[in-house]
Amino acid sequence: MSEERFLRIKDLDLRFYTYEGVVEALDKVNLHIKNGETIGVVGETGCGKSVTGLSELVLIPSPGRIEGGKVLLNRDGKWVNLLRQKDAFLRNVRGNEISMIFQDPKSALNPVYTVENQIGEAITHHRMEEMCKRVIDNSEKAKEELKRTDLSDKEKAKLRKNVLSNREKRFLERIIDYPEDTIARWASRIPVLNRFKKRLNKEVKKEVVRMLKDMRIPDPERVAEMYPHELSGGMAQRVVIAMGLCCNPSMLIADEPTTNLDVTVQLQILTLIKELKKEYGTTIQYITHDMGVVAEMCDRVAVMYAGNVVELADVFEVFKNPLHPYTRALLECIPRPGAEFKSIEGFVPSLISPPEGCRFNDRCPFAMDKCVSVKPEFVAAKAGHQVLCHLYTGEAK
Amino acid sequence: MSYMLEVDNLKKHFALTGGLLRRKVGAVKAVDGVSISVRKGETFGLVGESGCGKTTFAKTCLRLLNPNSGSIFLDAPDEVKERIRYLRSEHKEGSELRGLRRQWDLAVFRGQKLREMRRRMQLVYQDPTRSLNPRMLIKDILTEPLAVQHLATGASAIKRVSEILQRVGLGDRFLYRYPHEFSGGQRQRIAIARALITTPRLVFLDEPTSAVDVSVRAQLLNLFQGLRKDFDLTYLYISHDLSVVECISDRVAVMYLGKIVELASTPELYTRPLHPYSVALFSAIPIPDPTAKRKRVVLTGEVPSPVNPPAGCRFHPRCESASQICQSQEPQLVDVGNGHMVACHLFVK
Repeated sequence: MSEERFLRIKDLDLRFYTYEGVVEALDKVNLHIKNGETIGVVGETGCGKSVTGLSELVLIPSPGRIEGGKVLLNRDGKWVNLLRQKDAFLRNVRGNEISMIFQDPKSALNPVYTVENQIGEAITHHRMEEMCKRVIDNSEKAKEELKRTDLSDKEKAKLRKNVLSNREKRFLERIIDYPEDTIARWASRIPVLNRFKKRLNKEVKKEVVRMLKDMRIPDPERVAEMYPHELSGGMAQRVVIAMGLCCNPSMLIADEPTTNLDVTVQLQILTLIKELKKEYGTTIQYITHDMGVVAEMCDRVAVMYAGNVVELADVFEVFKNPLHPYTRALLECIPRPGAEFKSIEGFVPSLISPPEGCRFNDRCPFAMDKCVSVKPEFVAAKAGHQVLCHLYTGEAK
Repeated sequence: MSYMLEVDNLKKHFALTGGLLRRKVGAVKAVDGVSISVRKGETFGLVGESGCGKTTFAKTCLRLLNPNSGSIFLDAPDEVKERIRYLRSEHKEGSELRGLRRQWDLAVFRGQKLREMRRRMQLVYQDPTRSLNPRMLIKDILTEPLAVQHLATGASAIKRVSEILQRVGLGDRFLYRYPHEFSGGQRQRIAIARALITTPRLVFLDEPTSAVDVSVRAQLLNLFQGLRKDFDLTYLYISHDLSVVECISDRVAVMYLGKIVELASTPELYTRPLHPYSVALFSAIPIPDPTAKRKRVVLTGEVPSPVNPPAGCRFHPRCESASQICQSQEPQLVDVGNGHMVACHLFVK
């Protein structure tokens, strides 16, 4: 695993302008994601886990606005600020370089399209060129095969089906040169001319089935033709993961992918994600509220509270040696047999008027005068262990 | 041993109709012959995956759904239960059995008697956002059970409501508010208050903490523990969150596809699960410790449809140690020592 950084979030501020007031959903969030790692983002409801994921794709829904900060993507050694890019550029990033899978697979899928249609859409958007090349390659191969003399008539007829006419080939080459080619687009709608499109769709379907097979879905050909309501929860989640991975993204943001699933299905999905990570080498950002899943999946953990990343460290470090009082309290909330249930005193503050200074100050057992007035800095308390707390600013380097 | 609730061979099938005449073409066997006994004062955990019939079981016990067959006894004397079981086993379905059942068996109660029984058993639903009527004031939500049960009206009802609100950690300043003004944890407290206001003996908790955050979850669990002591309650705790069940229950039953497959005391079941399904289920609990060693049993395939459950043992298509007998013969729930019951051919001597 290279230690190279893949994505950096710098001082990100995100606000939602609602009727009740301005919700400061993210407040100077700092996060970096290394190439090939699995980073866990944990926190309670409303702490900003999901919107962090969404801002990485610049997909913030309407009353929300990114007020400051940067989301930097490493593109061959150059840092690109995604917040400053045009839509066309972002479309190329979304799904292709960074893709996201959402919490509820049933609502993430469109109920009126088949599985094949929905996964195929992403493939036709991002991998058109590859698909065209594959169709042409198949045709070349079939031509070679046809030169052999020992073929039966049946085999010959089968191979001939794969051979492209010159016109079809020309259209495909046009698309390879320029995916949005107007002539090819019009031709795909005209009955006799659109044969190349049909071949292309067949190839896309093959790719979808291959993807579904990779997700360990039994009988992928049948599942590809199903509608989302025919799928069980676990199966739907596999389809959504397939959709996320179908363009070989460098990073996958998984937003609570197993929260609504049963433990045995959750285990199946987690095992699948781990295997796929090995296979594809994807960087994964795993958003969850379940400490157990974090311990299982992640290399590093970012703990979030009320719109701040309060702690960022190695997974072993966070569980063994948590520094921020909130992280400690959160770990104590995990029920253990025999012991009393511990909870965190008080409530999560409203983000419309968050507390001055440290946002955890009213619930923190170690709160000092400074915590109420001064905002803590996100500092490295140790090598590779950053924390947002006044308790550690003194000893910091 | 005195039992608070005893359920004998309870069945609840939902008919599937089809064709021109809406004839019955099949049935969803949601609960298919479940027998459990819940002791006085204990917390009985019921775990299983979604769709295995946990909630249907609870609703049927409360007679929110009518069972197809079986008996439910709440606080019935042992002699009566023995007599009914004896008559059943001898197939003497005469007037004596009918009379006894009408008097003691909750499964056939009607009218006034059923209402009286419902006062003594209550249910807390999974999602308080949906179980509280958004158009009713908290006061109205909480006084309605009192009115229905003819327990109190007017000022005395309000007094009881504010007492119970105080006990669940909310003050009476919340009386004239609507459910949407509360957070998830507070709403669940209101739902608990509503269940407790009729002073029940047995409370069914149907995944009461699945809709709240971890820190709130701990508060609610502590509240449950406290209320159990104060009001001398018996809980039937239904959940798929296995780590919570481990901490709160005295005994746990594992359900799979409408049947109980294993039942034992909590420490026994969590350290030494016997049924292959329980083994897989408990091994799938994520451990919040990155250094922990994990022995994982990943189940293949999916839960079969309860319309056509597999013949023999219902788990056999997914079971690694399935043999010939599992495909043809249904295993019975047998005691393998220490009250550890398991329904699997592997453990029948």
